[in-house]
Amino acid sequence: MDAIILQILNGLDKGSAYALIALGLTLIFGTLGVVNFAHGALFMIGSFCAVTLQRILSISFQTVDPSKTDFLGNPSTFDTPYVVHWFGAEVGNGIIDWSVPLAIFFAIPIMIAIGFIMERGLIKHFYKRPHADQILVTFGLAIVLQEVIKYYYGANPIQTGAPEMFRGSFDFGTLLGFDPNVIIYPYWRLVYFGFAAVIISAVFAFLQFTTFGMVVRAGMADRETVGLLGINIDKRFTIMFGLAAAVAGLAGVMYAPINAPNYHMGMDFLVLSFVVVVVGGMGSLPGAVLAGFLLGILESFASMTQIIDLIPGINQIIIYVVAIIVLLTRPRGLMGRKGVMEE
Amino acid sequence: MFAIEKKDTTLLLIVAVLTMCAPFILNPFPTDSAMAQFNAGYPDLMQRFVIFGIFAIGFNILFGLTGYLSFGHAAFLGVGSYSAVWMFKLLSMNVIPAIILSVIVAGVFALIIGFVSLRRSGIYFSILTLAFAQMSFALAYSVLTPITNGETGLQLSLNDPRILGTSVSADGGIPVTSLFGLEMRSTYEMHVGPWLFQFNAGYYLCALLMLLAFYISIRIFRSPFGLMLRAVKSNQQRMSYTGLNARPYTLAAFVISGMYAGLAGGLLAAMDPLAGAERMQWTASGEVVLMTILGGAGTLIGPVLGAGFIKYFENIFSKINDNVLHSWFSFLPDGLEDLMVTLVHPFVGKGWSLTLGLMFMAVVIFLPGGLVQGGQKIGKLFRRKKAAGHRSSTATKPAE
Amino acid sequence: MGILEVKDVNKRFGGLQALGNVNLSVADNTVHAIIGPNGAGKSTLLNCLVGKLIPDTGSVMFAGQSVLGRKPYEINQMGISRVFQTPEIFGDLTVMENMMIPCLAKRDGSFRMHAFASVLGEKKLRARAEEMLSEVKMLDKRNMHAASMSRGDKRRLEMAMCLVQEPRLLLLDEPTAGMARADTNNTIDLLKDIKARGNITMCIIEHDMHVVFSLADRITVLAQGTPLVEDTPDKIKGHPKVREAYLGESA
Repeated sequence: MDAIILQILNGLDKGSAYALIALGLTLIFGTLGVVNFAHGALFMIGSFCAVTLQRILSISFQTVDPSKTDFLGNPSTFDTPYVVHWFGAEVGNGIIDWSVPLAIFFAIPIMIAIGFIMERGLIKHFYKRPHADQILVTFGLAIVLQEVIKYYYGANPIQTGAPEMFRGSFDFGTLLGFDPNVIIYPYWRLVYFGFAAVIISAVFAFLQFTTFGMVVRAGMADRETVGLLGINIDKRFTIMFGLAAAVAGLAGVMYAPINAPNYHMGMDFLVLSFVVVVVGGMGSLPGAVLAGFLLGILESFASMTQIIDLIPGINQIIIYVVAIIVLLTRPRGLMGRKGVMEE
Repeated sequence: MFAIEKKDTTLLLIVAVLTMCAPFILNPFPTDSAMAQFNAGYPDLMQRFVIFGIFAIGFNILFGLTGYLSFGHAAFLGVGSYSAVWMFKLLSMNVIPAIILSVIVAGVFALIIGFVSLRRSGIYFSILTLAFAQMSFALAYSVLTPITNGETGLQLSLNDPRILGTSVSADGGIPVTSLFGLEMRSTYEMHVGPWLFQFNAGYYLCALLMLLAFYISIRIFRSPFGLMLRAVKSNQQRMSYTGLNARPYTLAAFVISGMYAGLAGGLLAAMDPLAGAERMQWTASGEVVLMTILGGAGTLIGPVLGAGFIKYFENIFSKINDNVLHSWFSFLPDGLEDLMVTLVHPFVGKGWSLTLGLMFMAVVIFLPGGLVQGGQKIGKLFRRKKAAGHRSSTATKPAE
Repeated sequence: MGILEVKDVNKRFGGLQALGNVNLSVADNTVHAIIGPNGAGKSTLLNCLVGKLIPDTGSVMFAGQSVLGRKPYEINQMGISRVFQTPEIFGDLTVMENMMIPCLAKRDGSFRMHAFASVLGEKKLRARAEEMLSEVKMLDKRNMHAASMSRGDKRRLEMAMCLVQEPRLLLLDEPTAGMARADTNNTIDLLKDIKARGNITMCIIEHDMHVVFSLADRITVLAQGTPLVEDTPDKIKGHPKVREAYLGESA
């Protein structure tokens, strides 16, 4: 029992990331009808927003401390970050420590801007082109974004720490009445899950309770009819693309402490997220979220030593196996709607 | 000739002449001239030209004719390489059994993956093939390590049995791949004045096989079978209301293109007997897609051009470093020189992937028909000018 | 016993009863027209005949065999060809290539891998294809891309592609919709020629009464998914029920 709960918890953080990326992919696919292979790159850029903010906040100036000398006898120099200089040691160091959550506010405008530029500058021209062309051009874009990041940030993963108070783990099991030290869970992963839950709820609430969301949902169901109503659906879809980019970006920002950002993380997550979308059902938002968590948890179960001993390598391929089975038995996916991309 | 139409025969002969004379054509610059860095006529690179040409020709049979976009073809390339290396380990260093096995194994692999993937079409097909390829990649790295040697990659060793050959060569090293004793690495060097031309046995083997592959692809394109494949791309509904089941046709195309990929993989291993899982990664699958569309999907010569183009520029771009750039822009004033070098720097050397990505986008956006279509457009432009001139001279004659 | 026997066919889409207890018997070597207002279920019925839709209940027998549960290509192999409302042709191929595909299919039934060897008797097939093209007066367009032709030409090509298969039953879904008068008359003449040969059964859905009354031997009037009347053209013309349900509106 405790092992099961542990695996579910372990699957939550990856599942959250899958769900968030898949949600954006589905929004874009459902509204614009475009298959966006560059969506993983947006997730990756989000992570690098966290890296960038941390670096910006850590920009320092040097001061010479004549009272101390280094081993050569020269006066030592000290780096003092500007934020510390401006706000005092406590607040300043606190800001640096909290750079990852703060990066949320930094990333939102950046991601929305990137989303707008991508949609207006590139994707817009591919609405009427075959899906193969959409796949190819966004695939090219994904390579470009990834290489640009690699050029500026290097090929090595960049450790980006969570705030001090969330580092380390706590004994989740004792809360549920299990013996101590059975279910140990890192704080930040719980934060990430909570964050993902908030974002997902926000997106659903936005689509459910605003007029804007209503139009978008109608557009997802039947684009032509909505167009006939004289509603400028294109403009809304641009905004939708920005929103999807922001969701992917935020997923990336908060994931930085879990997985040190590297330039190819986008591609790694993209393939899996696509599989998630297909399993959930193309064009189904609840399906994407459900399948994201489901596959994340399945993957974590498959990583249990008992299971690996039973079927070696299953942890590496479980998601693909599930996807293949689902595609062959339920081509519409778990919650796919009739008539959406069936062929 | 060869039971194909005249214009196809011409095309085949042109390709044959070009590949046979490649060591000359690709080495236009004298060895010690500054332009020598643009030479491509050395064995390693020429081998890659034709091997990836085979890969792209095969991919084109599937994508170009049926329109099914596979994102997992690199898996077949990888499988082919592994099979060939195992043949070198177990049987002998002769390349023939290795190549035959790699084609067969890749074909069987493609049959299984194709049988499952082709139950869906469109984007689902792309994602299914991608999932299969990623699965193979993941397995090659982990569970299948006894077969694939995991991250290190599969290599030959002195302890390999090689039942029909020798485990250890006469000089105590690992024997090299050969074709009935003709070593694949053996190269005849011809010095003509300042020029150096290299004729490599391995290259000529690959080139001959590419010509054969190209010939088969012409036959397929022009055959009733090819017509059916184009019908699949054009209108599946009409096809099934004409009493034709599309799936066996697409499956056959999938298996054939998988075998082409296996052949390419086998040849890679035959030229350099090692195989690694990274050959199966989806970026490798993306590369062959790019080669095909860059050249022109659905055209005969397109994939060959695309493969050559990409492999050439990959090689050239990767070699350019800042020193080379400085020498290029040395005619500019210092500040401007540095600026130019800074601007160009991200795209060359290790930045080749960036250029590749940009090229990928540019081709899809501006030239969906690839280089062949671009060439045709330019050709038409000239012809129209000519025709316009012609018409004005014959304007006095009554029209038709 | 007709060549096509439709018995008690029902088809629902959610809450909509698209077909309700449809019975239809088409006699061999006749032309049977199905008319009815928009949404009467004509196209749904046709889709049930060719395997695109499967009826909820009922049976569809063709030449004594059930077509239900068979794939569209298998039904075509039984001898049923269909002309669509919007022409379904191979747009990327030339007119001649379009014609060659049914010729090859006719010869080989299902999958044959003629990847290298030319098909035995390919010359004969080509001749047959050309003959058919000249019959529909399209031989001069043989090297044109099918997609670049006019709608009328596309339709004639599609019809030729169906006819060259020598089907026993030809289903035509509004073969003259959107055609100019002259084209319509050409189509009527072509269909009359085919009918005169006497070895083909046709089932036509049509709105143009001129076409219907110049071709049909029998007419079924469909309204709201159920057959209203079935009779000869002369009787249908005077039938009060029909006037009320259909002709009354359009005449």
